[in-house]
Amino acid sequence: MNQKIVRLPFLQNILNLAILGIIALVCAFPILHTLALSLSSAGAAASGRVTIWPVEFTTQSYRFVLENPAFMKSFGISLQRVLVGVPVNMILTILVAYPLSRPIQKFRQRDFFAWFFLITVLFSGGLIPFYMVVRQTGLIDSFWALIIPGAVPVFNVILLVNTFRNIPRELEEAAAMDGAGHWTILFKVLIPMSIPILATLTLFVAVSHWNSWFDGLILMNSPEKYPLQSYLQTVIINPDPRFMSERDLALLRMISNRTTRAAQIFIAMIPIMVIYPFLQRFFVTGIKLGSVKG
Amino acid sequence: MQARRNFRQNIPLYLMLAPAVVLVLIYSYTPMVGIVMAFQRVLPGKGIFGSPWVGWDNFIFVLQMPTFFQVLWNTLFIAGLKTIAGILVPVTVALMLNNVTGHAFKRTVQTIIYLPHFLSWVILAGIFIDILSPSDGVVNQMLGWVGIQPIFFLGNDKVFPWTMVATDVWKSFGFGTIVYLSALTDIDPALYEAAVVDGASRWKQTLYITLPGIAGTIIMLTTLSLGNILNAGFDQIFNLYSPLVYRTGDIIDTLVYRTGILNNQYGIATAVGLFKSVVSLILIGTAYKLAAKFADYRIF
Repeated sequence: MNQKIVRLPFLQNILNLAILGIIALVCAFPILHTLALSLSSAGAAASGRVTIWPVEFTTQSYRFVLENPAFMKSFGISLQRVLVGVPVNMILTILVAYPLSRPIQKFRQRDFFAWFFLITVLFSGGLIPFYMVVRQTGLIDSFWALIIPGAVPVFNVILLVNTFRNIPRELEEAAAMDGAGHWTILFKVLIPMSIPILATLTLFVAVSHWNSWFDGLILMNSPEKYPLQSYLQTVIINPDPRFMSERDLALLRMISNRTTRAAQIFIAMIPIMVIYPFLQRFFVTGIKLGSVKG
Repeated sequence: MQARRNFRQNIPLYLMLAPAVVLVLIYSYTPMVGIVMAFQRVLPGKGIFGSPWVGWDNFIFVLQMPTFFQVLWNTLFIAGLKTIAGILVPVTVALMLNNVTGHAFKRTVQTIIYLPHFLSWVILAGIFIDILSPSDGVVNQMLGWVGIQPIFFLGNDKVFPWTMVATDVWKSFGFGTIVYLSALTDIDPALYEAAVVDGASRWKQTLYITLPGIAGTIIMLTTLSLGNILNAGFDQIFNLYSPLVYRTGDIIDTLVYRTGILNNQYGIATAVGLFKSVVSLILIGTAYKLAAKFADYRIF
């Protein structure tokens, strides 16, 4: 901006940079510590010698985790969930956003449908009735329970409606003159002009599918159907011996030491880290559209 | 005639809406019908059609629960503190970052502080449970270096709510910071140039140009967060709490989960959930009205 015009006085500038540096360190430290733990020997971790660098470096924990079939199974379910869930979310988002972005003169029921979707953001039946509906529709213990009930991300629809509305009308009208129908206008005019926001939304729903844990926890009865985050929730955060078999308990004792826990946590973070640079790139676009729409 | 042609032309629009409308009807609207369970004594296997009506009994039961008002207070306390911290910290950090001239440094700090926003509370709870442990956690180990006795951050009910606020700030302030930073870049540079000509110090510029420049964003986000005052953060607290800290750490959502899913008291859990939904709806409605009035905010 105008940084070249005024700088902070020298000492204040140093202080400002130092505090920001400390803040960044506080943010990074827990993650670096976890990485260091996962690469240290169990003995070094137990005796509290690990802070930010691995002590007695070993990849033992990672090998142990990757050989654990339950972990790998959940990892696979989570990947599958992202691969299936993201297209479903995106297709429905686009299909709903288009009609809702039409001018009211052309589509008189627009506001009715807009409220139909908006109400679900404002009010919900709550956890128990939701659970019972999912059970009634036969999705308990099915992979589709992770996809179908949350298939329409209404908040993303709102963002996309706003994007579509900001695209100059003349472009659509020109296309309509040439005989283009709704489908052509959507696919040939609006979608190509909304690629940045669509990319942003795609990344966001991918992250949210990867991070979801609660639906897996309550909608799956058998732990072997858990996605990764639900699996970690039961194994690391909240191991409940009442729900575990003899074999699970033995496994739990083996994998509950600190270094393996850290390795599992870190592996679950890797996909987020991989797409993080892209997330960041589209982040500002998403935020500007989302929260400070003027 | 006109209307019919209109309808024919719009058939594709209905086709586009149809799948989503069906899904939302099933998974968002049908559960709303299930709210009647709040007025029933739900019997196992009978569902909402076979269970007897009990009027307001479930609500009276909830109000007479010794813990209910404590839980309500815990929710308001934790959510309130999070809201306040969630404004102060990001605004401060955004202002500090705005004063940084080195581009690489600014970018590095930003990159580091946004990352936790994208990590789930399961992962973060796994990390925090480890580093905050009183026996072998690295945080207490470091506190020991400066002579502070170990603190049981997650097991001491006096400390627990503050641990929730601190870890929530840790996760989400980076996100808030970027929102305010983007509001800062919208301020007209000519204002600063004029201020420089008038000999205003950097501090004076912050006070008279920068802060008023982002006041609209601050007011808007604060008003909108009003609707969340009964959301103290289920994901976070569920993954970090334990019976040791129920006194100060149990919130409405965790109470609903335990009574409903773990103890199968569907009627009572639905009643508590309904109470929360109704209060939230009123608050959200008010918040949006206020935001529309004072910050000219529109959802559509």
